[in-house]
Amino acid sequence: MKDNENEAASSFIAEMSNSDDNGYLTFTLGLEEYGIDILTVQEIRGYDAVTTIANMPEFIKGVINLRGIIVPIVDMRIKFSLGDVTYDEMTVVIILNVANRVVGMVVDGVSDVISLNESQIKEAPEFGSALDTQYLKGLGVVDERMLILIDIENLMTSKEMALVEALVE
Amino acid sequence: MSIDMQQFNAVFFEEVSEHLTNMEALLLDIEVASPNLEDLNAIFRAAHSIKGGAGIFGFDDMTEVTHILETLLDKLRKEELTLTTEMIDAFLKAGDILGEQKTVHQDGGEAVDSERIKAVCTLLDRLSSEETPTPCSASEVDSGALQAEKNISFLVLKDEDVSHLLEELAKFGQLTSQSEDAEQFTKWQVVLSDCAVSDDEIIDNISFVAEPESIIINGISQVQDDSFGFFDEEPVAEDDQKEADFGFFNESSENESPSSDVEEKVEESFGFFEESPTPETKPENVAPVEEEGFGLFEDEEPPTAKVAAAKSTIKSKASKKVSATKTVNKRATSKTANTTETSIRVNTEKVDQLINQVGELVITQAMLMQISNELDPSEHDVLLNRLTQLERNTRDLQESVMSIRMMPISFVFGRFPRVVRDLSSKLNKKIELRMVGDETELDKGLVEQLADPLTHLIRNSIDHGIEMPEERLANGKPEVGTITLLAFYEGGNVVINITDDGAGLNREKILEKALERGLDVNDSMSDSEVYQLIFSAGFSTADKVTDVSGRGVGMDVVKRNIHGMGGQVDIHSEAGIGSTISIRLPLTLAILDGMSISVAGQIFIIPLTFISESLQPQVDDIKSISGKGTVVKVRGDYIPLLALHELFNIDTDIKQANDGILVLLESNNKKIALLVDQLEGQQQVVLKSLETNFHTVPCISGATIMGDGTVALILDVAGLVSASD
Repeated sequence: MKDNENEAASSFIAEMSNSDDNGYLTFTLGLEEYGIDILTVQEIRGYDAVTTIANMPEFIKGVINLRGIIVPIVDMRIKFSLGDVTYDEMTVVIILNVANRVVGMVVDGVSDVISLNESQIKEAPEFGSALDTQYLKGLGVVDERMLILIDIENLMTSKEMALVEALVE
Repeated sequence: MSIDMQQFNAVFFEEVSEHLTNMEALLLDIEVASPNLEDLNAIFRAAHSIKGGAGIFGFDDMTEVTHILETLLDKLRKEELTLTTEMIDAFLKAGDILGEQKTVHQDGGEAVDSERIKAVCTLLDRLSSEETPTPCSASEVDSGALQAEKNISFLVLKDEDVSHLLEELAKFGQLTSQSEDAEQFTKWQVVLSDCAVSDDEIIDNISFVAEPESIIINGISQVQDDSFGFFDEEPVAEDDQKEADFGFFNESSENESPSSDVEEKVEESFGFFEESPTPETKPENVAPVEEEGFGLFEDEEPPTAKVAAAKSTIKSKASKKVSATKTVNKRATSKTANTTETSIRVNTEKVDQLINQVGELVITQAMLMQISNELDPSEHDVLLNRLTQLERNTRDLQESVMSIRMMPISFVFGRFPRVVRDLSSKLNKKIELRMVGDETELDKGLVEQLADPLTHLIRNSIDHGIEMPEERLANGKPEVGTITLLAFYEGGNVVINITDDGAGLNREKILEKALERGLDVNDSMSDSEVYQLIFSAGFSTADKVTDVSGRGVGMDVVKRNIHGMGGQVDIHSEAGIGSTISIRLPLTLAILDGMSISVAGQIFIIPLTFISESLQPQVDDIKSISGKGTVVKVRGDYIPLLALHELFNIDTDIKQANDGILVLLESNNKKIALLVDQLEGQQQVVLKSLETNFHTVPCISGATIMGDGTVALILDVAGLVSASD
């Protein structure tokens, strides 16, 4: 009886998770490959014309004009001390739309968009990544690749990113 | 089904809010003595619509209240009952309850206290069952009626001896008198309490000495001609009327944003009343007035310029103004009635989106212009011409679009009659609220943000500014205090003054309190510096903390709010005469006249309003003071010098003041000289918020997009000035 119930429940869950098979945009920082929910990504663009803001943490590069909107740019490579920090025409900025804010983040490179279901996502280990586990959704495994899935909304509104008002003052 | 209903409910709630606002405005505006039938009908209709809607949507509690409300209103509009102040109070209370009930239905939460609902319903019931035999009309006021207290005012020639007259009057009852000198006449105000004689008898007595047509008893001119303005402040009822006047305006301007000539007239009349203490005639301002000067305001009445001889003594300029405004307002309203259909309701988000897009267009256009500058004019003259045309068109378009966001300030002012009414009666003070220039338009965002600081300032004025009536009389001031809200344009700014004729700020007390709080003060500080102290956090000179104010939270918030809007606050005050708090705001949040400057190639914008001059200093003029930084001597004044590259850690070649340019900035009566590499030029910039996607940055008030598409930061001058301390 109990088993039946469990079975029913788990099949229900499987069905649910199948239906919201999440798409992830993957990008690289140094040697690590990361994934973020595709729905948080507004667009991907090159890095240029950033206006620096004085007395900001080093990883906050400044602001850009994104079709009339002032958008702050953070360099994840500096923030997490990963990858080579160079700016050229190959430098990629992922424009995110999180928590009703538009934020741009510089990464080493954007790879692709993949789809992961619940069973492919493992719980994140306590360590082993530049990011604090509280900003991780888990580890995604696709074939031979391992993706570090970031809870990007949580990360971008966090105190350490210094992007959101209330937490700065 | 229930989901469908939700959608309709939203519309209903919106309608209810509108009806309630409308009703309140009308109620505050109405003449108790001679209510306009139109107004009563309008109030009735509002209540009826709410009732109907509430019935359909099954909000029975609201139906119940409106039903009782409606019964009473119905009797009033059929003239079976006479309107009283008590009824208006009851209506307002009922309106509040309806508002609360609406909120409960809309957002959930605790149900409105049934005791209160019951109390109001009973009150309304009682009022509607009372029988009042005399229907009210302007002409039927019995001038001979006996009244316990008579408020008499009259004029005598300046050198006339009135002592005899006063003795005579004293025989009729307890007498208090007070005089006021005008040019030719002396105005006497006499209050007779326990008076048992008829008005006629009093008039007979006074007529020997005074100008007969100037005699006013209880606000009623004793000469039934068209002369207006003889009325004196009549204690309760008239107060309400005066302060309520603008509620009406609120409504009218809501529907009529393109300012009509009617509004212009209002503005004209404001100017006139503000500046001219001597009497003048101006046809459109003068309404034929009988009985308190409020009786008849039919639009079809021909404007008359007939002003009686006694007008020079009109003490109550305000009343005159009110009556004048009122006439105009009514005209505006009747006009509005025909034009309502021409306005549409648009989501503000859509407007903002439109503004953003136009902003984009302007930038794109600027980019095109920049590129076109490199073209050879002789080869591309057609293209260049068209580009110039494009520039003009985009500019026009931008202006039109910006004007959509402009709202008359009456949207904020409109709430204050109620605030004043409620608070003054709570504190037992007599206060008249005058609102001048409430058609002044400014950006919607600013209008909304103004509500809190202004409410606070008005509450302050009521609580701390205006004295108790007895105290005022003892100081030789009119019993009724006046708070004036004045809004006008000055340059690219809107100035809002809140003036009260109260006690004024007490310099000594402020200094004393400041010392107590360990602030850095001394006796040699200028008045304006001392007054600025009240804006420091936690500052209060109130002797006792009331639930109105005195906790010392507030003024600092007011200042912060106003600064946040890019505005400034100033105080002028004279002990015993009153104080004025002056708020200066940019016309709009969205566009700014700026000077672009550069440091090591990076462009910054300084709002032009803060720049007093720029100069290239001589080496000798720059002095460093140990521990205090550098100052620069400008025409004998030493001004602290702030180097932008140091503040922002920018690596530039120009490190010495004499190599660069000094821009003199002024904010809060403090000056600083800002060292920059060079001036780039003056331009209008579209202000963009940094906070939308980022957060506030010290010394930066926002950002803008330059012609080449890059972002330039706008300097926060107030922040720079305080950074130099």
